[in-house]
Amino acid sequence: MPGVVIVGAGQAGLEAAAALRTQGYAAPIALIGDEPHAPYQRPPLSKEYLLGKQSADHLPLRAPVYYEKHSIALRMGETVTALDRPARLVHTGKGEIHYDKLVLATGAHNRLLAVPGAERVLYLRTRDEADAIKGRIARSSHIAVIGGGFIGLEIAAAARIMGKQVTVIEALPRLMARAVPPLLSDFFLDAHRREGTEVILDATVQEITKNSVVLTGGRSVTADWVVAGVGVIPNVDLAYSAGLSVGNGIVVDEFLRTSDPDIYAVGDCADHPNPFASGRARLESVQNAVDQAKCAARGIMGSPAPYRDVPWFWTDQFGIRFQMAGLSGGHDQTVLRGKIEDRKFSVFFFKQGRLLAVDSVNRFGDHVAARKLLTAGTRLTPQQAGDETVDLKTLRAGG
Amino acid sequence: MPNVTYIAHTGESQTIDVPIGMVVMEGAVRNGIDGIVAECGGACMCATCHVYVDEAWLSLLDPIGEEQEEMLGTTAAERKPNSRLSCQIPMRADLDGLIVRMPDRQT
Repeated sequence: MPGVVIVGAGQAGLEAAAALRTQGYAAPIALIGDEPHAPYQRPPLSKEYLLGKQSADHLPLRAPVYYEKHSIALRMGETVTALDRPARLVHTGKGEIHYDKLVLATGAHNRLLAVPGAERVLYLRTRDEADAIKGRIARSSHIAVIGGGFIGLEIAAAARIMGKQVTVIEALPRLMARAVPPLLSDFFLDAHRREGTEVILDATVQEITKNSVVLTGGRSVTADWVVAGVGVIPNVDLAYSAGLSVGNGIVVDEFLRTSDPDIYAVGDCADHPNPFASGRARLESVQNAVDQAKCAARGIMGSPAPYRDVPWFWTDQFGIRFQMAGLSGGHDQTVLRGKIEDRKFSVFFFKQGRLLAVDSVNRFGDHVAARKLLTAGTRLTPQQAGDETVDLKTLRAGG
Repeated sequence: MPNVTYIAHTGESQTIDVPIGMVVMEGAVRNGIDGIVAECGGACMCATCHVYVDEAWLSLLDPIGEEQEEMLGTTAAERKPNSRLSCQIPMRADLDGLIVRMPDRQT
């Protein structure tokens, strides 16, 4: 009996296997990953792990005994080379595996810089890359970080905490521009500069030399080495070659089925309809990996339910706890709750008076309340959001 | 090394050595105990490592922090006075013998 084959052993792949077993799936499950390490957590790689606060043995998502106990055939260090849909076969470098249902959890890979000297640049996605970066930070005195998004800023913060000189180079006029509003970009710019990090905005890289990053216009930034976090590209080649529909990722329906109903796609690679986006979305987060894995498992078990979990995300930089709930794209109004100067505030995003998302800085209660409000579809007015005497926890759905 | 006894909602019990400094959640995950999930890996961002701490040990625990308090409001199983997130209980010598009971569901 063939069972389920899961391609990709990141968190989405692992959680798909786990969810199938939790939901009572009894047939074989094979989990195939091309990295040497059994499924592990990625978020700490740019945070606690990079800082040395967490050792490598904290990273695995499950103990080896878990896979044995739940009959999950973990096939690490194995690369899937092709899908044969008519034969329901997965080809790998080591052989072939039959499937009843296939789950693509192929993730994404780092976008690479294309400038002279780019071969000197390190990137962070895997544990091995984190180890390489950790080693480099320890041996260097001045580090350049290209890209002022989440990953770049987390690496910059870690390097700064370790006492290194750090320069962040961002192409856009503000930090984390794709994810947060200007007010939050400014807040984080200030936070990083206060800690002594140099941040250069609106700057494009022309060349990377042995000891510097040369910017367009001629300015040169001294750096022993360079790390870049300039976005990721979903891994769609396997799906595309197999004739599956591909857009901004592997295209799936609300049940996370690809254009072949026996094949699901989950996690970073899935271009999916998201009720919290105005249309389709592709999300790179633990929440999305875990919840989509469960959703696909329900479909495989024969009780499909649409994917409609509230997106949430977090980042830690210099001890600032920043959490996002919902998706703010398309908002036409923002409301501030709390005071920026207290470093404890939330930004509420509305579209035509309807709550879309909440970004919270050191206001965990707002974040948790936001997740609940968005899940229940509870009405919150912009006025209530800005009024600290209104207890967000006591608002009721339909109220 | 101090140990922790994890009791599943079915009554099945496992006693595990958990080194000082490691959190109670990790003791479970690293030993393949199913009743604790820990989707967020211990960042206090989900509430899937929820446990009921045996009454005898409650007074020894640190007070519930602000973030834990918020997340405890989102547990899948009923929140009780002895509910805790096991990622927020670092092991200490005086917690040797700690008993935690796991709820019937974490999500």
